[in-house]
Amino acid sequence: MHRGKGMKFVGDSRIKATNKMPNTPKDYSEYPGKTEAFWPNFLLKEWMIGAIFLIGYLIVTLAHPSPLERQADPTDTMYIPVPDWYFLFMYQLLKYEFASGPYNVIGAIIIPGLAFMALMLVPFTDTTKERRPFKRPLPTGFMILSFLAMFYLTWESVVNHDWEAAKVQGAIVDEVEFDETAEGYEIYQGSSCIGCHGDSFQGGLGLPLTNTGMTADEIIEIAHDGRGSMPPGTWEGSDEDLQVLAEFIEGLNTD
Amino acid sequence: MLNKIYDWVDERLDITPIWRDIADHEVPEHVNPAHHFSAFIYCFGGLTFFVTVIQILSGMFLTMYYTPDIENAWKSVFYLQNDVAFGELVRGMHHWGASLVIVMMFLHTLRVFFTGSYKKPRELNWIVGVMIFGVMMGLGFTGYLLPWDMKALFATKVGIEIAASVPFIGEQIKILLAGDSTILGAQTLTRFFAIHVFFLPAALLGLLAAHFIMIRRQGISGPL
Repeated sequence: MHRGKGMKFVGDSRIKATNKMPNTPKDYSEYPGKTEAFWPNFLLKEWMIGAIFLIGYLIVTLAHPSPLERQADPTDTMYIPVPDWYFLFMYQLLKYEFASGPYNVIGAIIIPGLAFMALMLVPFTDTTKERRPFKRPLPTGFMILSFLAMFYLTWESVVNHDWEAAKVQGAIVDEVEFDETAEGYEIYQGSSCIGCHGDSFQGGLGLPLTNTGMTADEIIEIAHDGRGSMPPGTWEGSDEDLQVLAEFIEGLNTD
Repeated sequence: MLNKIYDWVDERLDITPIWRDIADHEVPEHVNPAHHFSAFIYCFGGLTFFVTVIQILSGMFLTMYYTPDIENAWKSVFYLQNDVAFGELVRGMHHWGASLVIVMMFLHTLRVFFTGSYKKPRELNWIVGVMIFGVMMGLGFTGYLLPWDMKALFATKVGIEIAASVPFIGEQIKILLAGDSTILGAQTLTRFFAIHVFFLPAALLGLLAAHFIMIRRQGISGPL
């Protein structure tokens, strides 16, 4: 057998000169039309498409820095989780009655499992020689249906999620330095506020009280009347103390 | 000079056939967008690989700063994002690449499906392709936890509960992934890191090799 550069190749190197593999498809040169050498002609064109793609990719990356929420806090029981967008259809599926609670296994395992197995076994369920999509309506129809179902579920999940609330609940809270011996902080420690708003105003069940952008009067009003999930009438101390505390909170700014 | 080096190696290792197998083949007209613009649908597979390569490279750079431990994971990502030169860009590429790879892979799957390219003799390559799809989803799921921020922790909690609802072996899968039957914490983070950085990429590279070898063996499917 010849070694090195003296070796003879016939057409494609994977085909031996004498016994052509019975199961290989036709050699490319047997296709009608203009074939092109992969190396280097075609690869150069691919390189150009890759470069254009990379430019778009970099523009997206620069225009939208990747998100980072605040550090994980396992004690926060109010956080509403949401997966990355490509899992949203499964997330949505698990919200339906027939696929959650006692039937959770249907939505979590059986439906996705069946879909995945069906996809994997397509070559053995669609065994005809026909390749054109319109000539094999069943596989084409099933694929379009599954695509529409995934699209619909993702859509439903996106429109039903409160993205504003999601942004607030995950936002990184800047720690504000404050004087722990101040009168305002002493009042805060003695009140029920600290239970929900945290010992350094970082939030918890309630929102953070730093950088609120509110005036003392607005803060007093919320303390009396409540807002959102905060019930009215939570302030139980005197009006004078509340005034001091509200002014203290007003001053809790990073800059 | 280069030729001499090539000859020297070739004389000993007979690399010409390897080179021919990798690069020396013809690209037929029906998959070449230069001849038919609609053939751009045949680019999706290559672009998936392109993004995968970017994911591997950017991921390698991310591990230079990332610390897989619950005290420091978030801080290391925050530092990488805000203080390291080009850290935001590298993390951004990894973040957006994760979505792009799913999109490109999905388009590639649809192209193969609607052109009926999975039919005999390419059944095995389709199966390997679907397995790559599964591995990519696994990479997306495990990578989501690593920044150790709020959405990471709570999405992973949900994901682990889903894994735990598998009949009969759910509890074992949960313990394997989370490291504990109840706590989702330090063990979970190191395990997800190991799965994301070592186990799944190893599986992915093996499957990709099989995918490409089979394409070279069988050639791309003919025109419709």
